[in-house]
Amino acid sequence: MADNSENKVEPPSRQYPDPAVKLKKEVGTTGHSWDGIEEYDNPMPRWWVWIFIITIIWSVGYWVAYPAWPGIQSATSGVLGYSSRADVANELAEFEARNESFFVALVDTDLEDIRADDELQRFAVNAGGSVFRAQCSQCHGTGGAGVQASGFPNLLDDDWLWGGTMEDIHETIRYGIRNEDYPEARWSEMPAFGQDGLLDDEEIDQVVNYVLSLSGSDHDSALADAGAENFEINCASCHGDGGEGDYFIGAPALNNQVWLYGGSPEAIRHSIYYSRFGVMPGFANRLRDAEIRAVAAYVHQLGGGQ
Amino acid sequence: MWDYVKLAVLGLVVVVAAIAANMARDLPYLVHMLAIMLAAAITFIWLIRRAGDPVPAANPNEYMDGPVRYGVVATAFWGVVGFLVGVVIALQLAWPELNFQWAQGYLNFGRLRPLHTSAVIFAFGGNALIATAFYVVQRTSAARLWGGGLAWFVFWGYQLFIVMAATGYVLGSTQGNEYAEPEWLTDLWLTIVWVAFLLVYMGTVIKRREPHIYVANWFYMAFIVTVAMLHLVNNLAIPVSVFGSKSIPVWSGVQSAMIQWWYGHNAVGFFLTAGFLGMMYYFIPKQAERPVYSYKLSIMHFWALIFLYIWAGPHHLHYTALPDWAQTLGMTFSIMLWMPSWGGMINGLMTLSGAWDKLRTDPIIRMMVVAVGFYGMATFEGPMMSIKAVNSLSHYTDWTIGHVHSGALGWNGMITFGALYYLVPKLWQREGLYSLKLVSWHFWLATIGIVLYAASMWVTGIMEGLMWREVDAQGFLVNSFADTVAAKFPMYVVRSLGGLMFLLGAIIMCYNLWKTVTSSPERKPAAAAVPAE
Repeated sequence: MADNSENKVEPPSRQYPDPAVKLKKEVGTTGHSWDGIEEYDNPMPRWWVWIFIITIIWSVGYWVAYPAWPGIQSATSGVLGYSSRADVANELAEFEARNESFFVALVDTDLEDIRADDELQRFAVNAGGSVFRAQCSQCHGTGGAGVQASGFPNLLDDDWLWGGTMEDIHETIRYGIRNEDYPEARWSEMPAFGQDGLLDDEEIDQVVNYVLSLSGSDHDSALADAGAENFEINCASCHGDGGEGDYFIGAPALNNQVWLYGGSPEAIRHSIYYSRFGVMPGFANRLRDAEIRAVAAYVHQLGGGQ
Repeated sequence: MWDYVKLAVLGLVVVVAAIAANMARDLPYLVHMLAIMLAAAITFIWLIRRAGDPVPAANPNEYMDGPVRYGVVATAFWGVVGFLVGVVIALQLAWPELNFQWAQGYLNFGRLRPLHTSAVIFAFGGNALIATAFYVVQRTSAARLWGGGLAWFVFWGYQLFIVMAATGYVLGSTQGNEYAEPEWLTDLWLTIVWVAFLLVYMGTVIKRREPHIYVANWFYMAFIVTVAMLHLVNNLAIPVSVFGSKSIPVWSGVQSAMIQWWYGHNAVGFFLTAGFLGMMYYFIPKQAERPVYSYKLSIMHFWALIFLYIWAGPHHLHYTALPDWAQTLGMTFSIMLWMPSWGGMINGLMTLSGAWDKLRTDPIIRMMVVAVGFYGMATFEGPMMSIKAVNSLSHYTDWTIGHVHSGALGWNGMITFGALYYLVPKLWQREGLYSLKLVSWHFWLATIGIVLYAASMWVTGIMEGLMWREVDAQGFLVNSFADTVAAKFPMYVVRSLGGLMFLLGAIIMCYNLWKTVTSSPERKPAAAAVPAE
């Protein structure tokens, strides 16, 4: 008799139980219960155990290879003979070896002649730029633009305080400005005309306007005319009759629009009243000669070198 | 009789603190002495008003939940404070103008940074740990807290410690040791409070009515004991004057650095890991209503974790004056620590097997799972960063900051939020939380906030690491430090945004918890200490 059994859906021979039920069935709990919390007696996952063991084996291997366990006098030194200090020393030596010829040439070559040697100049600018970014950029900016009106000079222009020849720049970097560390430091000091009572408020106002007139800035001509005499008596000896400044004593030029501490009437008034006293550290004892000469070459070619 | 002794001691403290305040050589010391005087005086007045009143006998069959309730409130409060200061200093890093001139010396980055770290670790995390430890040890020991009112002393004493530490930071009193900034006076006070904490905890465990000690309690005990040891050793110092805040540390040079990072790393290991694992081991099985996955795993990973963690500190001092051998040990023990750390993650996640569907319906479980996930991620990232080759890139960069925050925000923050959501309805006898929807909002805000935070810090960290080490063909550095700072700006903004979202989530939580206490329907409690069988 024809059976329809071929069409019948066979139930699967294996039953797939709910995994949670399976877990509960096969693994008992430890029998403890705290505030209703029970614990399964599951084994530790195999992969967990194995990775743990592998990290331990790896560590033991590392101890054999590298300095590891301390004794009374010293520690095991490891079969690779590794030392982080030796590593650094090697890197430094490699750096020295790579650049030695340039460092020697930098010191041996006359400052003014460095830029005549293309290869040496390129090295000096590169090395000097690196030193500049580490040592000088904090005040002069990473690009050498200084900070406007804050007493941190812009090194990109041709307005110099202490001169812009290679020799001048080199000297400034070596000994710095107004510091006690080097007797050779560049030093000059403007009187505090207001604070020390050398000029009264009215006279200072007049001088401010005269100074503004020197650079062609907006000013009150009546006051400026009145200030001319005081400028001549008190200021011209350093800043020059026409405010052209003097590199020899670090007197800034007043006849242009480059202002170290700002060119507003208030800023100029502040400068005359209290004076200013910008400082720069010297680097003669901090950097090697080749580095200082490289920085000088770098600064010289930024735009304003003379 | 006992009341009169207390009154006499408190009176003496008030007088001595007043004298010391008068003799103070510096402002932080003066403020601290006034704080101590005020705290003692308030306690004195409170006590004297109750002196002679009949004391209601504490029912040994009832759990002592007062300090836990206060601890929950303190956790939420200090959490918001700590996150807020974090957002402020993140913004200060992005926009340095926010170091206001008028607030120099008080609210600039240098003063606020330790305020942030201590507020989140010790005030938020510490209160969460103390509160949950008190809650968990009672439930899993079926015993009331030992020591009568001592638990109250622990709570209030700890708050006084927080106030002293915080005022000290803002006023410039610091030892300069990261995560151990408070000076000797604050350290001594914390020592007293911590010993009391240890006594309450151990006393309760000892008089437990359960035959065995639950795994959460092992972790809490490891945390309390080890933190006591770390605190004492790292803070050994000789005060310059008993009337001044300044002290001279006993350790110097590379020993000082080593002890500091032995302390610092184990503050992470035992405060932020072991303690919070204790929390995890109670609240995840409770919330999931599932048994813990593996008892064997919990034993193994507990002992492996506490044995290995204590060695890992030197990885904070790779490539420094620390001898090579110590660096090697720090690194290898960190690598071996990977699996023991993950043991906790496995036990937490696998506990949910058979209850995964709850992730859809229960945002609290979701929070706890994400916490465990971040725990796993941070405890993988940590050993990886301890490898010297990786560390030479990551050290001193924002990568470290990102790593710490995926641990602190992701793991410590989220598991604490989960515990608070679990605790508040229980502690205030409410039917349930005011709004699960708000929990969901908190969850997503916090999670996205953490992702923004961690991702932006990976980017800036790796970027600045690469920029710092970039040299040209001749071996000269290419970038100045300021270049690297300028390059990080966009990521600093993203980081601040992430922190802001995390803060917002926490504020939503506070509102939700507040409404739970004030307007959720009441549940009739059964807070009796019943042993399991």
